[in-house]
Amino acid sequence: MATAKFKVWRGDTDSSGFVDYETDVSEGMVVLDAVHQIQAEQANDLAVRWNCKAGKCGSCSAEVNGHPKLMCMTRLDDLPLDKPVTIEPMRAFPLVKDLVTDVSWNYQVKKKIKKFSPRPPDFEDGTWEMQQEDIDRVQEFRKCIECFLCQDVCHVLRDHHLHDNFVGPRHYVYTASLEMHPLDTEDRLGDLKETDGIGYCNITKCCTKVCPEHITITDNAIIPLKERVVDQFYDPLKKLFRIFKPKE
Amino acid sequence: MAQYETHEYDVLVIGAGGAGLRAAIEASSAGVSVGLVCKSLLGKAHTVMAEGGIAAALANVDERDGWKVHFADTMRGGQYLNNWRMAELHAKEAPERVRELEGWGALFDRTDDGRILQRNFGGHQFPRLAHVGDRTGLEMIRALQDHGIHQGVDVHMECTVVALTKDGDRVSGAFGYEREKGRFKMFPAKAIVLATGGIGRAYKITSNSWEYTGDGHALAYHAGAELIDMEFVQFHPTGMVWPPSVQGILVTEGVRGEGGILKNGEGRRFMFDDIPELYRLQTADNEEEGWRYTQGDREARRPPELLTRDHVARCIVREVQEGRGSPHGGVFLDIAWIREKLPNAAEHIRRKLPSMYHQFKELANIDITEEPMEVGPTTHYAMGGVRVDSDSQMTCVPGLFSAGECGAGLHGANRLGGNSLSDLLVFGKRAGEYAAQFAKENDSVLLDEDQVRSIADWALKPLENQAGGGGGNPYQVQYDLQEIMQKLVGIARSEEGISSALSEIVGLRQRSEGVAAIGNREYNSGWHTALDLYNLLTSAEAIALAALERKASIGAHSRDDYPDKEEPDTKKYNTVIRKGGDGEMLVSREEISEMRGDLQKIIEEIG
Repeated sequence: MATAKFKVWRGDTDSSGFVDYETDVSEGMVVLDAVHQIQAEQANDLAVRWNCKAGKCGSCSAEVNGHPKLMCMTRLDDLPLDKPVTIEPMRAFPLVKDLVTDVSWNYQVKKKIKKFSPRPPDFEDGTWEMQQEDIDRVQEFRKCIECFLCQDVCHVLRDHHLHDNFVGPRHYVYTASLEMHPLDTEDRLGDLKETDGIGYCNITKCCTKVCPEHITITDNAIIPLKERVVDQFYDPLKKLFRIFKPKE
Repeated sequence: MAQYETHEYDVLVIGAGGAGLRAAIEASSAGVSVGLVCKSLLGKAHTVMAEGGIAAALANVDERDGWKVHFADTMRGGQYLNNWRMAELHAKEAPERVRELEGWGALFDRTDDGRILQRNFGGHQFPRLAHVGDRTGLEMIRALQDHGIHQGVDVHMECTVVALTKDGDRVSGAFGYEREKGRFKMFPAKAIVLATGGIGRAYKITSNSWEYTGDGHALAYHAGAELIDMEFVQFHPTGMVWPPSVQGILVTEGVRGEGGILKNGEGRRFMFDDIPELYRLQTADNEEEGWRYTQGDREARRPPELLTRDHVARCIVREVQEGRGSPHGGVFLDIAWIREKLPNAAEHIRRKLPSMYHQFKELANIDITEEPMEVGPTTHYAMGGVRVDSDSQMTCVPGLFSAGECGAGLHGANRLGGNSLSDLLVFGKRAGEYAAQFAKENDSVLLDEDQVRSIADWALKPLENQAGGGGGNPYQVQYDLQEIMQKLVGIARSEEGISSALSEIVGLRQRSEGVAAIGNREYNSGWHTALDLYNLLTSAEAIALAALERKASIGAHSRDDYPDKEEPDTKKYNTVIRKGGDGEMLVSREEISEMRGDLQKIIEEIG
């Protein structure tokens, strides 16, 4: 059976670095299989997050050969195996141990975004009338599996560490799913401008490129939100109206 | 004495999939303090994997549907071994639970008149499954999660409960560890809801993730609750079989709902060969009628591919065993063939089954719009589980509740696709409601330090066992158990096989007590695996013991040595597992109570 070499990031906040491993590879294996094999046979205490192993839960995010990936959807035969495959934790988040990072910041941020608040139901049974074409756009955003690879790759978080002033692509997608939800009545544009820092995004589209769900994050979520913020707060005509509107 | 943090709640919910989240939301809205503990990060539980849809008789697509038909379908699917009261509550309340989700932001696919769209699924007479493409579970868990985080529930992510404590007869709390630093946490609580999901990791080929080690089953059992019908393990007929590393990953029944057909290695559509008597009148007898059914023709009957999962899985095993399998030991599931029927088939498939399209494209290099998939049975779901009161979901241990997959009763001998998601919501809500009520009506619990100390000592043992000094590798014990269960207590069972599995389990239990976890307590997967073995072995033993007890082949339970559906001179019964006075596992039979007259009438009328 063929073998392959891996450099896996090991260690915790005190000290960490690459450790070399070699393990058997079989047809169709993905990176997560190799990590599991190493864990079971050579490094029982290796820390790695995973759940579904089918690209549906977004737990096994890591950087494979420097690229943000879901380990369960990255096939070894798509990687050059003549040199070691490097597997590192997501770099935009604090290391916990080995391949596991502290992603709790994402959960705190989400909780601060104003929740869904629907208009009163259209029918007596408590339901609403919505056409498929009204929800197609939002359904794209709701495909998000919260793997946080978009957060990992976003330079505003990764390089500039603006976690206190910027919520990141995942949460713009989340905000877009609420703002464009046909039933929602809440207004989040002020928050987007002031506390969520949408202005920091300079649409380099790195997030869109790494999204395993192929959500067009920049074009379909961030840019329309930016436009709404501009319309609301920077439209010159509206500004004139506001200035001359008689005080109530 | 090991250190631990204490977090006290009125209601503690263990597990944050659909049932746990729904229970936590309900308990919190009743005004009690609620803690929610989950083994993984929030929103990653197995509910996220559910693909096809949630069954509820909304009658948006076919007005002939209603709770009575859903009730009758569920009972028939379960071979009438279901708890009929639970089946009644489930059928009646599912529509309201689905509508409620829409109010929390869920966006189901729509009908032309703007209502929730419903699709066909195995065993359901009418199009009944509300869905979002083939990612319904994700939509559901996200709607619950995004609503739940604003309900004042205290969430403990990546925290695993290893034992329950008791105050006399009552449950008094849960003890566990958080993964990050390996610190212990004690959760004293007036009421506890178990919503830990299934037992899939007891088998080698499974659609379940590492989390599903029968925690709730074992926690309840050791706390004195009863387990029923543990022999009924659902092997989903269509899991991936190739390449080896993806073996077991689920292929949604929705593929067959959209017109996908099963063919053997000879290219023949074999599902017409064997149609069970119970379903003969409801099943198409030719291919053309089957196709019309999948396309919404209300006069057509369902194709045999949409028979119940137990039956379809058995037919696949038969084809493979008799030498008519596909190259890698499965059969072919073909959706590409609909090109012959639809002009825009490829686009249609990608729209209706987007995640299946990607799954095969990315993991198996197969374009399902062009080629058939290779599929075979995969361990999917435990119909059996913790015995609960049908209305309140409380076990026989006061203050201990159970909901979702780890509870039992609704599904009988076989679960219909789509009924698990509705189960989570209907009984998750009920468990939360009654747990909150119990907490309000009862005094605080008294915590017994001795119990806590002995649990903590036990939990640290794998770290104290020396690797190399006789202490084995925990992963190896898990693998060996999975091999044994797969081979001896799988789809085809016999007394000889099950008995030898039971004696193997004794040996594995001894080995599990000596396994060693190398490294320290920080996020140590080896340590976690070592602790999980305890629950996994308890669940595996319960499955095997119940499988030995039921000397018949019914629903998901097939005995080569007892091929008949019924045992002579025996009324319908549940197998019941409980812990004996000396700590030994006991199995017995209990007759199922006679169905209420009005429900009996529904069954007779609907057939």
